[in-house]
Amino acid sequence: MEGKKEENIIEVKNLVKKFGELTAVNGVSFEVKKGEVFAFLGPNGAGKSTTIKILTTLLNPTSGEIILDGINPEKDKNKARKSFGIVFQDPSLDDDLTAYENLEFHAVFYGVPEKDRKERIEKMLKFVELWERKDSLVKTFSGGMKRRLEIARGLIHHPKILFLDEPTVGLDPQTRNHLWGFIKEMNKEEGMTVFMTTHYMEEAEEVANRIAIMDHGKIIEKGTAKELKKKTKAKNLEDAFLKLTGHEIRDESASGLDHLRSHARAWGRR
Amino acid sequence: MNSPVYTMWLRQVKKYLRSKPRMIGSLGQPILFLVALGFGLGSLYQSANGGNFIDFLAPGIIAMSILFTSMFTGIEVIWDRQFGFLKETLVAPVTRFKIMFGRTLGGATTGIFQGILVLIIAAIIGFRPELALIPLSIIFMILIGLFFTSLGTAIASKLEDMQGFNLIMNFLVMPLFFLSGALFPLQDAPEFLKIISYFDPLTYGVDGLRATLTGMSQFGIGLDLVVCTVLTLIVLWIGAKLFSDIQI
Repeated sequence: MEGKKEENIIEVKNLVKKFGELTAVNGVSFEVKKGEVFAFLGPNGAGKSTTIKILTTLLNPTSGEIILDGINPEKDKNKARKSFGIVFQDPSLDDDLTAYENLEFHAVFYGVPEKDRKERIEKMLKFVELWERKDSLVKTFSGGMKRRLEIARGLIHHPKILFLDEPTVGLDPQTRNHLWGFIKEMNKEEGMTVFMTTHYMEEAEEVANRIAIMDHGKIIEKGTAKELKKKTKAKNLEDAFLKLTGHEIRDESASGLDHLRSHARAWGRR
Repeated sequence: MNSPVYTMWLRQVKKYLRSKPRMIGSLGQPILFLVALGFGLGSLYQSANGGNFIDFLAPGIIAMSILFTSMFTGIEVIWDRQFGFLKETLVAPVTRFKIMFGRTLGGATTGIFQGILVLIIAAIIGFRPELALIPLSIIFMILIGLFFTSLGTAIASKLEDMQGFNLIMNFLVMPLFFLSGALFPLQDAPEFLKIISYFDPLTYGVDGLRATLTGMSQFGIGLDLVVCTVLTLIVLWIGAKLFSDIQI
């Protein structure tokens, strides 16, 4: 669709991650362009979260090459870490600190200058509509409020890339809408690249410029939502997704299920 | 205000100050030991050694409370792992040594705080410390606190969940405490027990505290100080190494 060559902010070549016998990521390659919203879709245990953990330096890859914003994260972890923000699949706030303290902690850790700290925290807390609750302990927050706070936290240091690992799981439609609203806003205003995984096909279709579908540790298809639908002759993305990933589960029957279970086990624990 | 080490320290201290039940709960055990053993065995000790047992016991109980509080803060890495906060610190552009060091300073601080509280309680019960060497006692408290927070961190870095917690309590923490000479004079103990106690790091911490607070000592303040410092540096290094290698 684009004629001119655009700058890649994420480049991944032949990424492999093994946990003992299990190969969670099996030779994955892809590029994400600067300013793009890129979505990873796939059934549970497909290797999406493992890929994100490797990209965000939490796991070392078994083999393969990664370039994040021009940096090799294996060689220069801390420099790479400065370039991104992340909202994890599971909560990662400190429940015994207040909302404000959680953000302040993050700001110090990411080297936000002291003079900007207050202003940015205030701006972000107002952005996610939690300013009134800034001095409440996080343990008194609902799931949706915690998510909003985590997104605010991920944006405090103005990252070039934002990783979102199933950011809307368990949220009501209002909160979901709200979240995507300001993620799109940040994407547009700051040119921030967004790398996300989700199980909600409508979300991916609406928000993402390009989509990669992953299963059993491999990318089986990528393109725009339109291209994916066209390729699979599906009427919507959900249909396309099921056509691409559904068969394999059926074909592998019992052993496939075991495979999935061991995936889920190896993966849920980490 | 700009340092991650300070921020991490502040977090540990805030968490400690905010959990009042934990603070009060962890005073229960030292008080029980001081009262039950102090008064229960006091007359026996006096007829054998001719001294005040509370004076002998109090430094041991102070060391115990620092041991438990610091070890617990170290092991809290497992909680952080389970509640997810560990990930937030591990993806941050800060060297893991700084994170570990800030944590450890925080754990040691809460340990010392707890130790001083027990010292005050012991004084109310009848402990009469010599005040001249109190600054040196505090240095021993700091070393005990740093040592056990690092040890807890080192162990927790290798554990995925809390299932190993009882194992650590029963096969590491309790033996370290009971074999350290915190509760009874090692001079009069059988030879094998003496030898075991020489391998217990807490022995030197307890002896140092006892020496500085009461003047009673087995090894002398100099040796205690050297052993405690060297062991603390070694464990701090091991803890930092294992913490740095954590993958999630």
